[in-house]
Amino acid sequence: MLDLYGRGWQMLEGGLVTVQLCLTVLPFMIVIGLLGASAKLSRYRTLRVIGESYTVLIRGIPELLVILLIYFGGTIAVQSLAELISGEETRVDIPAFWSGVAALALVQGAFASEVFRAAMQSIPIGQIEAATACGMTPMQIFMRIKLPQLWRFALPGLNNLFQVLIKDTALISVVGVEEIMRKAAIGAGTEKAPFTFYLVAMLMFLSFTTVSLLVFNYLEKRAARGVARA
Amino acid sequence: MFEDLLYVLGKYDTWLWRGFLLTIELLVISVTLGTLLAIPLAVARVSKKVWIQALPFAFIYVFRGTPLIGQLFMMYYGVGQLIANIDGIQDHWTWTYLRDPYWYCLLTFVLNTAAYVAEIMRGGIQNVPNGELEAARACGMSPSTTYRRIIFPRMWQMIWPAYTNDVIFTLKATSLASTVTMMELTGAARKIVARTALPYEAFISAGVIYLIIVYTLTFGFKGIERYLRRSEKRKEPKSGKPKAASA
Repeated sequence: MLDLYGRGWQMLEGGLVTVQLCLTVLPFMIVIGLLGASAKLSRYRTLRVIGESYTVLIRGIPELLVILLIYFGGTIAVQSLAELISGEETRVDIPAFWSGVAALALVQGAFASEVFRAAMQSIPIGQIEAATACGMTPMQIFMRIKLPQLWRFALPGLNNLFQVLIKDTALISVVGVEEIMRKAAIGAGTEKAPFTFYLVAMLMFLSFTTVSLLVFNYLEKRAARGVARA
Repeated sequence: MFEDLLYVLGKYDTWLWRGFLLTIELLVISVTLGTLLAIPLAVARVSKKVWIQALPFAFIYVFRGTPLIGQLFMMYYGVGQLIANIDGIQDHWTWTYLRDPYWYCLLTFVLNTAAYVAEIMRGGIQNVPNGELEAARACGMSPSTTYRRIIFPRMWQMIWPAYTNDVIFTLKATSLASTVTMMELTGAARKIVARTALPYEAFISAGVIYLIIVYTLTFGFKGIERYLRRSEKRKEPKSGKPKAASA
């Protein structure tokens, strides 16, 4: 039972891929989120419109559909681009892992941009004015004033998003990436024991989300350590 | 590309239409039953007695902490096989229903929605101002009367925006039914792609339909929110910076 018909290692490998997926998406999600938030708060109308429509579009479309669109559509797009450049018929294959990362980063980035926007708006305007009065450039203001505080305001939102991200990586199993769900499906199919394998998969996900919750709670406490409590 | 889109829409419009109907059906049933189930869960969850609180806590924790696709596979393949292994079940009249993915999908979506909605209801119930509860008790209301007259109306007012988000979440979740061969909107799009190898046209058509559903829902729910808050006095700031549009 415990070695799962000799497939226990397979499940652990799947767990490793799930962790890899989460940690690969995380930096992209943060960068896209920061860019999106800056665009939404920009003084240029065009940037604001782009930022807002990005969130509006992504918010209304199921993650699974985005994953499928990028997996099937992305290959065609890259392939025709390659043919356009090289001028001859080429065969391009985007690894499912990376198309999954792209899809999740796109989806989570949209939600992260909302989190960062709210966080940026929580920074007292007087601090920005003071920084401007000191002669800092917008880039310096961002690096020295906004970013360090953003972290604290954005953490609760990011906590939530990371939970969603962990759970969303399971969707990538649909395009064949061998993470936990896919490994469980393979095990369930060959060993004819779906209940056991999916139960193990669920327990693995539950432990991941629990660990993430604990880590973020610790970070939230740590980030708030310099703030006077009411 | 444009001709391809017209081709997909012209030839497979009935698939998309049926997919749309099934998506709406799954959404309405899941949200209705899920919300009804969430109410006792939330009430039990805020109980002061640990043994009443424990079960809903565990239920909510497990359903919110695991991916929906896993829950669905667990039900359809896992529980489905346990049922299929019962002696003689395949000759029983219930077998037609017991092997239909539709019921497994519905059950999973209802339980999942219930867990998420119960969690936001818990927040709403706990945020009802203490003074109102004391006033209700001073008026001699029993706990159930207090729930009916004070706590629930207040709770709905407070949780409505979060509840709207949850309904949209459930709508997007119904797309997972396509992974167990259901032909709702995403399933229909996947089948069109399998037939025509035109991923952009099929998936984007489905995406546009989802967008229309989401923003129709958002609009309708905003209207209900205004109704729920009808008794509140508005204090609109006269001047100041215009509020940034929030999505």
